[in-house]
Amino acid sequence: MEADISRLGLRAKWSDLTEGMKIAGAGTSRGFHTGEWSSVKPEFIEEKCKQCLLCTPVCPDSCIPVKDKKRGAFDYEHCKGCGICVKACPFGAITMEGVN
Amino acid sequence: MSYNFKETMNKPERLAPGHRMCAGCGGTIAVRNVLRGLHEGDKAVIGNATGCLEVSTFTYPYTAWEDSYIHNAFENAGATMSGVEGAYKALKRKGRLDDTYKFITFGGDGGTYDIGLQSLSGAMERNHDMVYVCYDNGAYMNTGIQRSSATPMYADTTTTPVGSKSNGKPQNRKDLASVIAAHDIPYVAQTTFVQNFKDLHIKSEKAIYTSGAAFLNIMAPCPRGWRYNTPDIMEICKLGVETCYWPLFEVVEGKWILNYQPKNKLPIEDFLKKQGRFKHLFKKENEYLIEAFQNEVDRRWEELLFRCSR
Amino acid sequence: MAKRDRLSGNEAVAIALRQINPDVFPAFPITPSTEIPQYFASFVANGLVDTEFIPVESEHSSMSAAIGASAAGARSLTATSSCGLAYMWEELYIAASNRLPLALALVNRALSGPININCDHSDSMGARDAGWIQIYAENNQEAYDNMVQAYRISEHKDVRLPIMICQDGFITSHAVENIELLEDVEVKDFVGEYEPEDYLLNSKCPLAVGPYSVTDYYMEAKRNQAEGMRCAKQVVLEVAEEFAALSGRQYGLFEEYCLDDAERAVVMIGSAAGTTKDAIDRLRAAGEKVGLLKIRLYRPFPAEEIAGALSHVKAVAVMDRAEGYSNQGGPLGADVMAAMFRARSKAFAVNYVYGLGGRDVRVEDMEGVFADLKKIVEDGDAGETYRYLGVRE
Repeated sequence: MEADISRLGLRAKWSDLTEGMKIAGAGTSRGFHTGEWSSVKPEFIEEKCKQCLLCTPVCPDSCIPVKDKKRGAFDYEHCKGCGICVKACPFGAITMEGVN
Repeated sequence: MSYNFKETMNKPERLAPGHRMCAGCGGTIAVRNVLRGLHEGDKAVIGNATGCLEVSTFTYPYTAWEDSYIHNAFENAGATMSGVEGAYKALKRKGRLDDTYKFITFGGDGGTYDIGLQSLSGAMERNHDMVYVCYDNGAYMNTGIQRSSATPMYADTTTTPVGSKSNGKPQNRKDLASVIAAHDIPYVAQTTFVQNFKDLHIKSEKAIYTSGAAFLNIMAPCPRGWRYNTPDIMEICKLGVETCYWPLFEVVEGKWILNYQPKNKLPIEDFLKKQGRFKHLFKKENEYLIEAFQNEVDRRWEELLFRCSR
Repeated sequence: MAKRDRLSGNEAVAIALRQINPDVFPAFPITPSTEIPQYFASFVANGLVDTEFIPVESEHSSMSAAIGASAAGARSLTATSSCGLAYMWEELYIAASNRLPLALALVNRALSGPININCDHSDSMGARDAGWIQIYAENNQEAYDNMVQAYRISEHKDVRLPIMICQDGFITSHAVENIELLEDVEVKDFVGEYEPEDYLLNSKCPLAVGPYSVTDYYMEAKRNQAEGMRCAKQVVLEVAEEFAALSGRQYGLFEEYCLDDAERAVVMIGSAAGTTKDAIDRLRAAGEKVGLLKIRLYRPFPAEEIAGALSHVKAVAVMDRAEGYSNQGGPLGADVMAAMFRARSKAFAVNYVYGLGGRDVRVEDMEGVFADLKKIVEDGDAGETYRYLGVRE
């Protein structure tokens, strides 16, 4: 049965924890917002984007969602602002402060 | 196996965001793109040696994995997955499981080249139907950039610090892909983040869908350990390949195949000078060290060409 | 219908495993447990089981693979001895903290160094705090019976902890005795199908195993794990009761031999209990009120029950087949004396280290221990409480 991680916060009692600290379910890390790590973020300039998708595989944080072979807006809840995608874009459709 | 870039990018993501790897980490870039080698509908169990990837992707109660995942300890990722794969075979045989599962284990170079080598060797020799993926960032990064046997010669690490009597790591790096190839397993390959991930994707898919043991060695730069400008990771990887420091090759059923030969092999300085860990090599009096480094790259490259021409 | 056979302890355990037909058995040879995987490999080779047998490259890997298999949803186990157990130390803790029900057939042998292949309990005693259930056998029959009961205890939903089924190296593992085996179908029905709830190969829901835990969770995780151990004692008794109904052989947390009216008692684990029973028979024939408490379940430690069973005795000798290097004696001595202290016992208690590296324990040696206890009672003084038995002075 899928674990309800809302019951597993830092105040959880010992009897609330999952047996053997195993977590049934997938991708629960979405509930942890690493976007707070950095204030500098890439900006997506949609009109310059040719939907080549070269930015998508270089993101270490899976923050460039692709749907129907088109990229969407950055996931700022999780983007750590590493700037790799800025350099991967051949069309200048991604900019970020401090990255040329 | 063909590579349709957009189709590949359109596949469901199998590593969720919210993991705690550093900004710009090469490790998770490797993981995301290896997992795209899985066919949709196929399930997987992911194994993981202790290391950055493990402590950051399954920090209780947050798992970043969309598939089943097991971390056991530092030195036993190969053996642990041997047991998982053994369970799969047994449950299939006993008619208790219908789905198709694939088994993929990730380890850093510490867990793979060094402390986990025995366990890996055993798993490969027994030819379990699994892929072991080493994301090689050339040092024990999780504990704070200590040298490993994958650390390149002269690198400045916290256990091979550059000092008045030291030029960094004195020894050359272990050629693990050759060591694993000598196990005579069906598939061994080395790759990194180049060619829009075509090389990495094709090799991942082959490794996952080759029956028996497969090993992938992926150069996965670490911005903190290597001390390069974080956004430059793709350029670093390209230079690794173009200087022949990190050649792209496969060993398929014992046959060595070179996958890419640079038209114009670049000097090793081009790769080294972008990284702070090699800064000391660029002092005037240390030119001979770069020459020695170049000689070693050349020697290994020639050796590889020879193996691939046979 | 039970059948009688002449079997070594290793063969008896291997037969129990054949009857259980586990899913995955990774193993690495080490004397004196080697025969267990050897026998089992021949069962696999002849199609008597459909287990996945994985001949790994080390004991660290045998336990690692058993953990992987158990997490994946399989009934798994391994076998080892001595340094093999020491080598998988780290993994013992991981198996227990992951709450994985798996079994280890342990054939007790001295730890190096010097290297020695014979029996003592230094291997499993060192693993006593790893979070495993530990059950010990006096003879081949008990080794077999304990193995048959192992998964019922380990897999119980209130327990879900790994279990170590221990027998004495060579003394029981290699010596041949007449024992009574259950029918294959009886064992199959008794053990039942393994039905894990959450497991890696559950196609309905993925599972993540082995997290990093920050300080905010670690202590709660350990307390949570301890709950499984708290429940284990009752489950051991329930399973033993069911087993008795099937086999006619009674098991508990420990065995009492002539203890009811004993004034002096020995507490010990393993094969030397048989020798002690002979000593007791001789002394009883001479009218001496002596008895034995032979421990079966050592982890969890049934402290209250042991103290209760010893409440009427005047003097106790606790026998440790392992050194503790505490300068106080061995681990069993510490546990039993702590149990007696908590129960406000007024009895004298001494602790002997004996039988290390296969050192013979004769009936006369145990008569000597009871004679020592007699003197202690007469003197009203325990004297030195940390003693050696059978060492050349």
